[in-house]
Amino acid sequence: MSFLQIEPVRILLYLVGICAFVGANAAYLVLAERKGAGRIQRRPGPNEAGFGGILQPVADGIKLLAKQVMVPPGTDALLFRAAPLMVMAPPLMCLAMIPFSDSIVARHLNVGLLFVFSFGSINVMALMLGGWASRNKFAIISSARVVSQNVAYEIPMLLVVITLLMVTGTMDLNEIIHQQGGGIWHWNLFKVWVNPLMPVTFVIFFICMLAETNRAPFDMAEAESELVAGAFTEYGGMGFGVFFMAEYANIVVGCSLATVLFLGGWQSPIGVLSGGLWGAGWFLLKLYGLIFTVIWIRWTFPRTQFYSLLNLSWKILIPISLFTLLLTGAMMKLPVVYHQFF
Amino acid sequence: MIAHKDLVPLGRVGDSPQETFVLNLGPQHPAAHGVLRVLLTMDGEWIQRAEPIIGYIHRMHEKMGENRTWAKFLPNTSRIDYLSAMHYTHAFVGAVERAAKIEVPLRAEYARVITSELNRISSHMVWWGALLLDLGGFTPILYAFDDREKILDLLEALCGARLTYCYYRFGGLYNDVDDAFLKGTRDFVAHLRPRLKMYRDLVTDNIILRKRLTGIGPISADLCRRYGATGPVIRGAGVAYDVRRAEPYSVYPKLDFKIPTYSEADSMARYLVRMDEMEESLHIIEQALDQIPTGPFLGKVPRVLKLPVGDTCYAVEAARGRFMVRIVSDGKEIPYRVKLRTPSFSNLSLYEEASKGMILPDALAMMGSLDLVIPDIDR
Amino acid sequence: MSLLTALRDTYSGFKSLLTGLRITAREASKPSITVQYPHETLKMPERFRGHVKLVLDPVTGKSRCTSCNLCVRACPSDCITVEGIKREGEKKKSVSEYTLDFTTCSLCGSCVEACPSDAIEYSKDYNVVSLHREDFSRMDLVKKLEAEAKVWAEKNPEAAAAAAAASAAAMAAAAAAPAKPAVAPAPASAATPTPTSTPAAAANPVAPVRSPEPKTT
Repeated sequence: MSFLQIEPVRILLYLVGICAFVGANAAYLVLAERKGAGRIQRRPGPNEAGFGGILQPVADGIKLLAKQVMVPPGTDALLFRAAPLMVMAPPLMCLAMIPFSDSIVARHLNVGLLFVFSFGSINVMALMLGGWASRNKFAIISSARVVSQNVAYEIPMLLVVITLLMVTGTMDLNEIIHQQGGGIWHWNLFKVWVNPLMPVTFVIFFICMLAETNRAPFDMAEAESELVAGAFTEYGGMGFGVFFMAEYANIVVGCSLATVLFLGGWQSPIGVLSGGLWGAGWFLLKLYGLIFTVIWIRWTFPRTQFYSLLNLSWKILIPISLFTLLLTGAMMKLPVVYHQFF
Repeated sequence: MIAHKDLVPLGRVGDSPQETFVLNLGPQHPAAHGVLRVLLTMDGEWIQRAEPIIGYIHRMHEKMGENRTWAKFLPNTSRIDYLSAMHYTHAFVGAVERAAKIEVPLRAEYARVITSELNRISSHMVWWGALLLDLGGFTPILYAFDDREKILDLLEALCGARLTYCYYRFGGLYNDVDDAFLKGTRDFVAHLRPRLKMYRDLVTDNIILRKRLTGIGPISADLCRRYGATGPVIRGAGVAYDVRRAEPYSVYPKLDFKIPTYSEADSMARYLVRMDEMEESLHIIEQALDQIPTGPFLGKVPRVLKLPVGDTCYAVEAARGRFMVRIVSDGKEIPYRVKLRTPSFSNLSLYEEASKGMILPDALAMMGSLDLVIPDIDR
Repeated sequence: MSLLTALRDTYSGFKSLLTGLRITAREASKPSITVQYPHETLKMPERFRGHVKLVLDPVTGKSRCTSCNLCVRACPSDCITVEGIKREGEKKKSVSEYTLDFTTCSLCGSCVEACPSDAIEYSKDYNVVSLHREDFSRMDLVKKLEAEAKVWAEKNPEAAAAAAAASAAAMAAAAAAPAKPAVAPAPASAATPTPTSTPAAAANPVAPVRSPEPKTT
């Protein structure tokens, strides 16, 4: 154990670990997505490469790597090349904060939640720059959409998180999980005595997470029937591949955060067996359950229209989340007031 | 760095104070369903002008009609609108039969109605799936193709082709409808009814689809009249115009069916018209299956077909609207003129006027609700 | 009131989304409906219209075509060329060359309808693949028939022998000069079939039929 606690070794270990986790997830979530889509559409999905298509991500990766990364003439070459890197970096940073179990966390920070949200916001800028640098009209339209969409959805998401912060009183992700220990009824999702609208806040968080990661039905950024491939229209080869991986990495981050904040992180739903590797197991189970729901939603619904997307945020989600914020505050303070006066 | 002026090549359009740019949608674009090109003058995401540019797959079908015999033009008719080939063949065959006064046996007429209506359903299913694909829903098209596959299998077993049937002949049919087909069709009707309910639950009632189509792309009855738009487009504008009723042909007068109309005139109205038409088609098929008589399937046709001098028209209600064939004969074996009046062409014509001031996703949703087939436009 | 309406709309909209999710989940639990094409293939229906081919007469082991050229005249796209010769000891002309230009054929079936002697029919072969344009632009149907006749002769030796005997007898009856050897049907097997000209009866090189179950409709 002592060897693992040497700082450089620890950093290296977690760097490799997180990169591997993100890489493997991005690769195999694509396969899971395609298989899931196939299942819903009553077809087998990719099944030729390897046993049951298990090597499909490898084949796709080799294909993408073998392709030339074209920089079209007239683009801003530096930004064009930098955008894929910028889009990949934030989810890697965010994952360093996510506690996979009570002991497996890359960096324990007492403002982990703040860290995750601040890095999560950078993602938008990368998409915008990629679209802008492409010198493509479809990409420009897409960039403009991405920015207004992300700005609109960051507000209800943060309002929901503030509601939650009032309940937990800490930004330390591991501490938030510790508070939810002891069984499924202790999860923030079901703490209806703190705020009867807690499940609603979870739904709002989940919707905002879909919108923030540009997932269907809010995939305005790459609305392929309107904008060809949106911000990635001019990208080919691994440039496109990195955008694609970043999308899945962002989903992993978003779903991990939802798991940590609402579903008790690595806590066991039955109250026992949540230490060590058991905890990691519970965490991954919840995480992939949420990711599966994301995939399921994508293959069920049509895309929303851009303006109704903004309407949903400004006219429905923000008022409801403001209301839950007030309600939580009131419910927390009322007993105090009551005790002071009576 | 890119200067902003590089992105705005056009400058100003008209007296508009805003800067605009030109977006070239197509001829290869995921939403164009083929080689339709739309030149969009955009102000941000708002469309100022949408100019459809057609002719990328013009194949001179009308000219081809003028240099081959009547019978030799028959395979061409399946290829004008490949999604509703039966109706197109029906119109041409009907025009020649009307001109040459060929009697068609009743069995053949009923078989034509059954196959036409099956074809209408399969065409509407492709439209349904493609519209949802335009709107970003991927799964419905595969459900629709699952059911459409059953229609194609039936028609393939009947006439040997899955898309370009060429099934009708002057005076009747290419081959007789067998019992397996009639039974298979009956089973299919029973199968499709619950599936249509599933479509309704999954898509029609879905809030996202309703938000995307309701109130989007209004096309008034007046606009339809000016541009000659027919089919579900004009029925979605509240006008109960259906060639099967307006200019009755085949055995349609003997069959009972409703003409679904919606007065909202938006994309949702056109959507609902087509969804209702599928149910009506099932109703028609059921009646025709009950009434189909036994007998010959091919009437008496002269070996060398020479039409009397004259001018004949025959219109049918194709899946996209009124398809009319006008043939002019100068008494020879070869037509003097074959004029094809295709519905998609008229339905597209109003696009420029109707799409003014819409935003891009809405304009594409409206284009999807027009149900365009590009070979039908270009022909 | 309008707040109530908004809440009700939100609720019903949310419910419609859940209905959609329920339907896709139900569909996902049903078995897959696709056919894994190269591994399994479907049997074409009886009336399937593939490219035309010459019919092998099971009595004579030869084509029935008399090269009357009716199919050539019926074809809308002029894609058929027929040459015939009058062979020794036969009453009618027989086909020596039947070339189909499949690149322009529209599979309308006019030729099959026009044929007075039922000598052509639709092939059930839909795996028409080749690397050479000539295999389609000059599809040699006689060669295909000969390849088919060879397979047929191997499968039905008695019938083939009977057919050969009948043809020999006919020749003898015609008292043809022995110096001119007759063109027997089977020996033409010397002509090696091109990769695509495998008859439908033979195992397909691209897609071996693993489970030729009839399509369920």
